[in-house]
Amino acid sequence: MSKYRLLPAIAILATLSVTPLSAKTLVFCSEGSPENFYPGVNTTGTSFDANSQIYSRIVDFERGTTKVIPGLAQSWDISKDGTVYTFHLRHGVKWQSNANFKPTRDFNADDILFMIDRQWKSDDPYFKVTSSNHSYFNDMGMPKLLKSVEKVDDYTVKMTLTVPEAPFLSDLAMEYAGVQSKEYADAMLKAGTPEKIDQEPIGTGPFYLVQYQKDAIIRYKAFPQFWGGKAKIDDLIFAITPDASVRWAKLQKNECQVMPYPNPADLPAMRKDPNIKVLEQPGLNIGYLAYNTQKKPFTDVRVRKAINMAINKKAIIDAVFLSTGVAAINPIPPTMWSYNKNIKDDPYDPAAAKKLLAQAGYPNGFDTDLWAMPVQRPYNPNARRIAELMQADLAKIGVKAVIKSYEWGEYRKRAQAGEHQMAQLGWTGDNGDPDNFLNTLLGCDAAKNNGSNIAKFCYQPFQDLVTKAKHVSDQAERTKLYEQAQVIFKQQAPWFTIAHSVQLKPMRKEVIGFKLSPFGRHTFYGVDIKQ
Amino acid sequence: MIRFFLTRVSLVIPTFIGITLLVFVLVRLIPGDPIETMAGEHGIDAALHEQLRHEYGFDRPVIVQYGFYLSRLLHGDLGRSIATHRPVIEEFKSLFPATIELSICAMLFALCIGLPAGIIAAVRRNSILDHGVMGLSLTGYSMPIFWWGLLLILLFSVQLGWTPVSGRIDVLYFIQPKTGFLLIDTLLAGDTGAFRSALSHLILPAIVLGTVPLAVIARMTRSAMLEVLGEDYIRTARAKGLSSFRVIAIHAFRNALIPIVTVIGLQIGVLFTGAILTETIFSWPGVGKWLIDGISRRDYPVLQGGTLLIGAIIMSVNLLVDVTYGFINPRIRHTR
Amino acid sequence: MSAGTFEPSIASKPPVGEVHPFQEFYADFKRNRGAVAGLLVIFVLLFLAITANLVSPYSPTLTNDVAFLQPPFWQPGGTFAHPLGTDAIGRDMLSRLIFGARLSLLIGAAVVSLSVLVGTVLGLVAGFFRGLVEIAIMRVMDIVLTLPSLLLAIVIVAILGPGVMNALLAVAIVLLPHYVRIARATVIAEISKDYVTAARMIGAGSLRLMVKEVLPNCAAPLIVQATLGISTAILDAAALGFLGLGAQPPTPEWGTMLADAREFILRAWWVVTLPGLMILITVLAFNLFGDGLRDALDPKLKR
Repeated sequence: MSKYRLLPAIAILATLSVTPLSAKTLVFCSEGSPENFYPGVNTTGTSFDANSQIYSRIVDFERGTTKVIPGLAQSWDISKDGTVYTFHLRHGVKWQSNANFKPTRDFNADDILFMIDRQWKSDDPYFKVTSSNHSYFNDMGMPKLLKSVEKVDDYTVKMTLTVPEAPFLSDLAMEYAGVQSKEYADAMLKAGTPEKIDQEPIGTGPFYLVQYQKDAIIRYKAFPQFWGGKAKIDDLIFAITPDASVRWAKLQKNECQVMPYPNPADLPAMRKDPNIKVLEQPGLNIGYLAYNTQKKPFTDVRVRKAINMAINKKAIIDAVFLSTGVAAINPIPPTMWSYNKNIKDDPYDPAAAKKLLAQAGYPNGFDTDLWAMPVQRPYNPNARRIAELMQADLAKIGVKAVIKSYEWGEYRKRAQAGEHQMAQLGWTGDNGDPDNFLNTLLGCDAAKNNGSNIAKFCYQPFQDLVTKAKHVSDQAERTKLYEQAQVIFKQQAPWFTIAHSVQLKPMRKEVIGFKLSPFGRHTFYGVDIKQ
Repeated sequence: MIRFFLTRVSLVIPTFIGITLLVFVLVRLIPGDPIETMAGEHGIDAALHEQLRHEYGFDRPVIVQYGFYLSRLLHGDLGRSIATHRPVIEEFKSLFPATIELSICAMLFALCIGLPAGIIAAVRRNSILDHGVMGLSLTGYSMPIFWWGLLLILLFSVQLGWTPVSGRIDVLYFIQPKTGFLLIDTLLAGDTGAFRSALSHLILPAIVLGTVPLAVIARMTRSAMLEVLGEDYIRTARAKGLSSFRVIAIHAFRNALIPIVTVIGLQIGVLFTGAILTETIFSWPGVGKWLIDGISRRDYPVLQGGTLLIGAIIMSVNLLVDVTYGFINPRIRHTR
Repeated sequence: MSAGTFEPSIASKPPVGEVHPFQEFYADFKRNRGAVAGLLVIFVLLFLAITANLVSPYSPTLTNDVAFLQPPFWQPGGTFAHPLGTDAIGRDMLSRLIFGARLSLLIGAAVVSLSVLVGTVLGLVAGFFRGLVEIAIMRVMDIVLTLPSLLLAIVIVAILGPGVMNALLAVAIVLLPHYVRIARATVIAEISKDYVTAARMIGAGSLRLMVKEVLPNCAAPLIVQATLGISTAILDAAALGFLGLGAQPPTPEWGTMLADAREFILRAWWVVTLPGLMILITVLAFNLFGDGLRDALDPKLKR
C-alpha cells in the first residue's frame, strides 16, 4: 500500500479500477431492493426476482414460456369434475441452511400445508408475521376458491376447490406460492423471532442467500444439493442499481453481465456494441388510455372513436417507447393465444376525427381531463410525456385536455372510482389467460365495484362472450369467443390502446442460456457464462 | 461551566419534543394511503384494507396515535417500515454508516482544499490568486450539485473511465460488514484490492458532496484570517522578525480556527441536504435515498423515524459545537 | 448574529461636507467588478424573462414530431431552426430555457418576498414583545432550522402535492427562519438605543415604533440576505424539480427539465447540460451581486 501513497492522485485513480478474479460469477444489475424475502406478501417483480432464486414452488412455469411443469410436485391427478387436485411430491428434496438453523429433515407435505395456511388461515401463528396482506393469494381468488387442503401422507397433498378453475395450476406456479420450511418456522417461533424466516430465508431452490445489504447488494451461492442439480454458475450477485443509464454503463464495463429495463434512449448504442446482445420479446402487457364511458361526452361512442383517430400513436411510440414498444390494437398482447390478427387499428386522421366530433355534437371540441400516472410502470415508461403528446394532438381538434396526476396509490383508487374522464393505466398478465385481461379489465363486475375496469365499460354483447368463454374448457372454442369479443371491443372503443411494451434484456455476449420470461421475471437457474 | 452546559441541554429538549410533534403532524398530513400505494394494478379490497389500517393503528384518533408514538419512542421503538416490514431503527442502522462515510470524506475533501485555499487567498489579498480562489469558491457555492454530479459522472466515469459510476464497492469483493464503514471494513479484512475499490467509489460522490462546504470553508477561512492578520499581535510578531510562514501557520491560523470550526460544525445540516441529492445521483445506499424512497412509498414510519433521527443527530452536533465553542471561548458562557 | 454590525444611518446623520451614503455605497459597489458582472447577467436574464414571448423562437410546449432530440446547431445533425437543439419530444431547447428564466426569476422573487415579509413581521413581533411570544416563535424557527432544509421542503411538497406553487411555498417556509432571526436581532439591538427609548417616552405606540423607527434599521441586512436568498430559492426550487417534486412537466422549469432529461445523459448531452448551466449562471449572478451589496453596505469590510 505504501508505494501508492507517494503517487499522485491521478495515478491512483487509474489503478483503482482493477477487478478481482473469482469463480463463475454472474452479476445482475437489478433495479431495486426487494421488500423482504417472503414472496407471499410481495407485490413487485423486483421482490419476486430476489425470492424466486431461493424458493421452489409446487409447480413451475417452464423457463421462457407460460407452460406449467412439475416443481416440488413430481406429478398430479385432477378429478373428472376438475375440483380435486392430488399432488405427488418429490422425495429427498434438501433444505438450505444458515447461521440460525440447520434442517433435520427433507422437504415434505407439512411445508406445502404451511405455505397455504400461512396465507389462508387467519389463526395460523404466521398469518400476521411480516404482513397479513397476502396480496397475490387474495388477488388470485384463493380464499374463495380453496375448500380444503389435506395431507394424505408425507408426500401426497390433496387440494379441493369450490368450483372448477382452469388456470389453477398456473396460479400455483406464481412466485407467491414459494414454499418455506415449516421446521425453520417452528424453530424461529419458539425462539421468539418468527420474522427471521422472511429476512434470513432458507428454501429448496437453486441458490441460497449469503448476504443482503439494502439498496446495495444481494449475494447468493449455488445450492449444491438442489433437487434439479447444481446451478451452472457458482455465485449469483444482484448489484442494486436504480438508475438505468448507470446499469448500462456497468454492463459496458462488464461490472455486470445482465441488466433489466434499459433506457430506450440507450438502445441504439447497445445494439451497436459488439460485446452486448439484446434479447427481446413483447411482454404480456397493455398500456392504454381509458375513456370513462359513463361520463359525458364519452358516453357517445363517436366521441371515443374521434379521440382514437385524433391521437398520433406512432409519434407516441417513437418519442416515448422508442423501440421498446409495439403499437397496441387489441386489449390483449399479440403473444397471447386468441389474439385477433384481423382487426385493423383506427387510423390517425385528425380531419375525420373533427368531422366525427361535429356529428356527435361537439364541432368546437370540449374540455376534459387527461390523467397520467406519476410513476413508471412496466407497460408505460413515461405516462406524463405521453399525456403531453396527447394533449398537443387533442388541441388540434379543439379538445382542451388538462393533465392531472396523483400519487400512485391515490391515482389508481380514484381512477377505479371513476373520477376521471380520460385516464392512462395498464396491466401486466398474471397467468397468461385472456380472461385475465378481457374479463378483469373490461367486464361488468370490474366496472361496478370500483374494480380494475376504469373505462366503466359494461356492454352486454361483450360480457356475454367473455362469460361464456370462461365456462367452456375447449381452447379452440374459447379462442373463437375471445376473437369476437375483440371485434366488439374495437367497435365500442372504450380505450385508446397505446402499446405493448417489449421486454428488452441487454446482456454480455458471454451469457448463455438466459431465457426471457413472458412475465418479465429473471430466473438464473440454467444460465451459464462462457469463460 | 456545568451550568452553561445544563442550560444549553435544557434548551435542546423542548426543541426535540417540538420536532417529534412537527414531524408527526407533517407526515400525517401527507395525502395518499400507504396501503393503497403498495397494491399495484390489482388494488385492494375494502375489508382487507380496513384490517390493515387497524393493524398499523391508522384508524385511531391522531392524538392517540401520537401518544402511542411517543411512548414507543421512549422505548427506542420507531415502528416498522410499511414497505419492507423491518424495524425502522434497524434499516437506519444498516444505511447510516454509508451516509456518514460519505459525509466524512466529503468534509475531509472540503477541509484539505478549503483551508489552504482560504489561507492563501487571505495572505495574498487582492492578488490574482485571491480573486481566483474567491471566484471559484463562489461558483462552488452556487453549484446545483445534482447537475454537478451528473457532469462529473459523464466526464470521469463515462468518458475517461477512471472512476466507477455508482455504488460503494465492486460487488465482486465480499466484505462482511463489521463497522459498516467500508474503508475500515476492507482494511480490517486486509484486502487492499477491496479498499482501493471502496476508495475509488467514494471519490466522485465525496467531491460532489464536498463542493458547497469547500466553498463555504474557503470563504470563511479567508475572512477569519484577514481579521486575525490585521490584529496588533500579528503585526508585532512580524515586526519581531518571525518568518511569515511561522506567523501565518502558528499564530494567525490558530486564532482564526475558532470561527472556522463553528462554521464547519454548522455545515452538517447543509451536508445532509447535499447527501439527499448526492445519494440519489450516485445510487449511494444511504439514509438520504432511503428517505426519498420513503416519501414516494408513503412509508410513514420510515419518514417519521428517519427525519426524527436525523434531526436528533444534527441537534446533538450543534450542541456539541456550541458547548465546545463555549469551552474554548469563556466570554460566550456568560451571555445568554 | 452579532448585533450592532450595522450602524444606524438615521440616528447619526452624516456631517455636512461628507459624501452622501448612497454615493459612497455606489462607489464601493462599482469597484467590485464581480458584483457589476452579476448585476449585468441579472439584467440580461430579466430582459429575457420579460420578453420571453417575443424573443423565444417557439412556444416552450410546442412539440415537433419530426425532430426528437436534435443536437445544437454546431453539432452534426443540428440546424439553425433549433439553435440549441430539441428535447425528447421535439420541443425547442432555447425557447424552454428562456421561459425557464422567467419561471426561475419569478420563483426566486416570490419566495423571497414571501419569506422576507412574513419573516420580518415575525421577527419584529418576537423582538418587540419578547416573553412567551418570542419563545414560541423562536423555538419553532429553531425546529425548522434543525431539520435539513431540503428534507423539510420535500415533506412539505409531499403534503401539498408537487407543483410550482407548492414548491415555492415549501422553499419560502424553509428560508423563513433566517429573516426572522435577522429582524429580531436587529430589533433587540435597536430597542435598547436612546432614540427608541426617547420615542417611547414621548408616547409612541408599539406599532408606530416598529414601522417608523426600527424597521428602517433592519433594512440593510435584510436586503443583503434577500438578494442572497433569491439564489438559495432558485437552487432549492430546482433541486425539488430535479427530485420530481417541483414544477411538473411540461412546465419549462430548469430543474424539472434536468430530471426529465436524465435518461438521455449518454445520448444527448445538451438536454442535461444546458438547464444545469442556466441554473449555475443565474445563481452565481445573484450571489455575486449579493456579495457586492453586502461588502458595500457593511462598513466593517470597507477598505
